[in-house]
Amino acid sequence: MIDKFVGSMAEAMAGIRDGSVVLLGGFGMVGQPDALIDGLIAHGAKDLTVVANNAGVGHTGLARLMELRRVRRIICSFPRSAGSLVFEALYSAGEIELEIVPQGTLAERIRAGGAGIPAFFTPTAVGTRLAEGKEQREIDGRTYVLESALAGDVALIEAWRADRFGNLTYRASARNFNPIMAMAGRLTIVQTQHAIVAGGLHPEVIVTPGIFVDRVLHVPYAVPADKGGRNA
Amino acid sequence: MPDAAPASIAALDRHGIAARIARDIPEGWYVNLGIGIPTLVAEHVPPEREVVFHSENGVLGVGPSPPGAVDPWLINAGKQPVTLRPGGSFVHHADSFAIIRGGHLDLCVLGAFEVAENGDIANWATTKNDAAAAVGGAMDLAAGARQLWVGMEHTTKDGAPRLVAHCSYPLTALGAVRRVYTNLAVLDVTPRGFVVLEMVRGLGFEQLQARTGARLFRPE
Repeated sequence: MIDKFVGSMAEAMAGIRDGSVVLLGGFGMVGQPDALIDGLIAHGAKDLTVVANNAGVGHTGLARLMELRRVRRIICSFPRSAGSLVFEALYSAGEIELEIVPQGTLAERIRAGGAGIPAFFTPTAVGTRLAEGKEQREIDGRTYVLESALAGDVALIEAWRADRFGNLTYRASARNFNPIMAMAGRLTIVQTQHAIVAGGLHPEVIVTPGIFVDRVLHVPYAVPADKGGRNA
Repeated sequence: MPDAAPASIAALDRHGIAARIARDIPEGWYVNLGIGIPTLVAEHVPPEREVVFHSENGVLGVGPSPPGAVDPWLINAGKQPVTLRPGGSFVHHADSFAIIRGGHLDLCVLGAFEVAENGDIANWATTKNDAAAAVGGAMDLAAGARQLWVGMEHTTKDGAPRLVAHCSYPLTALGAVRRVYTNLAVLDVTPRGFVVLEMVRGLGFEQLQARTGARLFRPE
């Protein structure tokens, strides 16, 4: 019987190696797999390259992972935001490498990474410093920049509902990078708010089919009180 | 209201600029609003005029911020809580930027530090040396929407022009801006340069020219 549910965080994190490229879902705090990031911290893997839209805030989650010097390089679109203190300190001290990628290019690079497309031309960033040193080509009178695919050794995903096949749905704007990162991870690990019996997810509402998912950990995390009755 | 212009000039405040932009958005358009003055535009589109607002984090049909109960999973690009209008939908990030880059948006309105007379826009980094500036979706939006408008103050707080011959800040996109709405005027970006469509009450063409770092033209 196929059952991708794992019983513990240690099981979820098993085998993640030092030096891995780790894709982290989320846009700001929404859709971010907080429990799995804490699990990665406890697991201890280091020398990581992290791909995420943001570079962490405060001193928890991704910021904590960076503060512990586990992240060698971060690839993101929006590193500096209110509260990105750990990133700023490490960056100004030269203790973390940064690759800034326009958000849509970041998303498409990840999508391509999961779709078997090694590179693609995009109009985004032409004529800006983020295109410097990259191959350009004129196609039908417009200039494009060549961007390469971005896959991960590991993808950490936050889902709303999951079944034992690894089929997933997401909640509202928490979908964001999660479906494409699930596709682009060689080892895709999911935390889900709700565990659904097999067959309980209607095939037409599944956003990420289980073929893209390796492990699912049921993490019923806190639901704010004012959302009563809506968490289904 | 921070405004360097004399009191006799009826300069617009931020909501005034947003309301002026909103007047020009017809029913049925799909629109992305950037952070800053553009975000305010949604408040000035009357609810009976159906305009579908897109947010880069995968929301089509963004509604106003909720007054009471907040859904922590539903935010906009500025990471503020929002609502979803009837007919709204969610997409993942690659599809959200396919919407942007694929030319499916009728309009994107962005803020800017500078706009050049050829339509170049600079709105993401303030110095050449800031290697950690946050670009977010700005470059995709500027390159991808079918048309790009900018909503911003006409000058900096120090009175330096933001409409210029050449951008001095790092560029977001080349030749992308179609129209600029400021606290003083509405201007089209044309092959000739900036063409002044409207000025606020009490402001003369030469006064506007004096506050602008590029040559202004009257409509033909």
